[in-house]
Amino acid sequence: MSLLSLNQLSVTRGGCPVVDAVTLTVGPGECVGLIGPNGAGKTTLMRAAIGLLPRAGGTSNLAALPAGDRARQVAWMPQSREIAWPVTVETLIALGRIPHLPRGARLRDEDRFAIDAAIARMGLETFRTRRATELSGGEQARVLIARALAQDTALVMADEPIAGLDPASQIATMDVFSSLATEGHAVVVSLHDLGLAARHCTRLLMLHQGRVVADGPPAEVLTDDRMATVFNVTAYHAQTPSGAVFQPLEVVR
Amino acid sequence: MTRLAVILIAVVAALFVASLVTGYAIAGPIESLRALLVDTGNPLSVVMREIRLPRAILAALVGTSLGLSGAALQGYLRNPLAEPGLIGVSGSAALGAVLAIQTGLAASFALALPFSALGGAVVAVGLILALAGPRGGAITLILAGIAISALAGALTSLVLNLSPNPFAAADIVFWLMGSLADRSFAHVWLALPFMGVGWLMLAATARGLEALTLGEDGAEAMGISLARLRLLLVTGTAASVGAATSVAGAIGFVGLVVPHLLRPFVGARPGALLWASGLGGAAMVLAADIAVRVVLPDRDLKLGVLMALVGAPLFLHLIYKTRKETA
Repeated sequence: MSLLSLNQLSVTRGGCPVVDAVTLTVGPGECVGLIGPNGAGKTTLMRAAIGLLPRAGGTSNLAALPAGDRARQVAWMPQSREIAWPVTVETLIALGRIPHLPRGARLRDEDRFAIDAAIARMGLETFRTRRATELSGGEQARVLIARALAQDTALVMADEPIAGLDPASQIATMDVFSSLATEGHAVVVSLHDLGLAARHCTRLLMLHQGRVVADGPPAEVLTDDRMATVFNVTAYHAQTPSGAVFQPLEVVR
Repeated sequence: MTRLAVILIAVVAALFVASLVTGYAIAGPIESLRALLVDTGNPLSVVMREIRLPRAILAALVGTSLGLSGAALQGYLRNPLAEPGLIGVSGSAALGAVLAIQTGLAASFALALPFSALGGAVVAVGLILALAGPRGGAITLILAGIAISALAGALTSLVLNLSPNPFAAADIVFWLMGSLADRSFAHVWLALPFMGVGWLMLAATARGLEALTLGEDGAEAMGISLARLRLLLVTGTAASVGAATSVAGAIGFVGLVVPHLLRPFVGARPGALLWASGLGGAAMVLAADIAVRVVLPDRDLKLGVLMALVGAPLFLHLIYKTRKETA
């Protein structure tokens, strides 16, 4: 059973292919890291897969669903961490229950349970009644991840969720994603920190100029050759007693 | 939140009664209300039933429309400085009314003016939806609204400019100031259906507006159709504010100030703010309509003028506060 399946998915912008015939499937238990240099098409690929962008060609199982059903299948965390109004953290996280609530209904017990679980998972108990707009950027990111978790979907897609977080929060967030995968969910997350990608993802998808150039376990994807041609960097990598270490070193000219 | 509802409803009810017992006719409040409920056969009953009651009802209806649509627009645009006039509906409705006065149509039958104003609002909505396109975002809506407002304002000025009849010009200027004086139940029955439909449409945006707290992408990924939300918002605002403008003239600042004042009391939730702003708007217009009769009883002070006099300083305060918060 696959939770995300794309077949020849293409998106063009102004005539140029931004995502070019991408075919892939993601199943339960996978924590997929979507990597690639700026402009490789990571955001476009994810938005088109969900159906937030018109497709130039190809199919996506999610985009084919009616909007309401899709929202119970996939939770999406956009790159822009927008919180428009000074609502409390709890209220903001409760927004994740919108796809599950019958029209006009108040929060039911199961909704409160999902909200509490999301709050506990992201360690936000002490923030519950704080205004979300008054939190720091890193705290807001955690609140928005909790919002996505409260949606309680089989698939979670997040666009650079760890950008701008401190090291502890970055690692904690990636831990949350990999434990979600262990529990049988699927996670697709775009990120620029290749070291964290190598340590926490079960599978990496390397995107370059709109195409998938590599797909597999981190050790197989992050080769010296690809680092040079796709990212223009050299890298150090090693297997240590505390796991894989991957560190980009110098720009290749 | 239910406490807020009780308070607001009590305030609206008290102001409604106060509006009923405010006016020229010299009679005590108890006597006036008795004349309203029981037809005593004397002129006071006629005054209460044919003049003051429709006036108070219209004040509540107009205020609800302005408050509700202001809250909905602020929620949709995620901007506390938005107001119903922004999408050009009030300006176009005013243009329709001005044309009716200028051409003499307004004098030909009683409801020609409000009908013409509603026609203006309908044209504005058609233009906005055509200009902003089916998939356009909030920015295209604002830009289309600004363009239509500017055009309607220019055409209104053109009519005044070329008006050969100084009396018609004076009529137009006074109508544009907005007032609820000398309205009848005919106006209530004309406006109510449009307002009712508009309110229902705006109420249906609550869930979408809540989701929009997370931005357009976030809301759409949660199953909210932004195209449907915008259609509900624009047509709902046009129906309710168009009808309000057609019977009361252009009354500004209510839709801007009321949502802003009440936002802290609903925990800033854009969906909950809708009904609160509707009630708050009703209270504000009722209060202002009482004030125009009490402050200068013999000078026919216009409602829109008073509202702007009170609203503008509030607006300045809002800007001052926003500046402090973002600094």
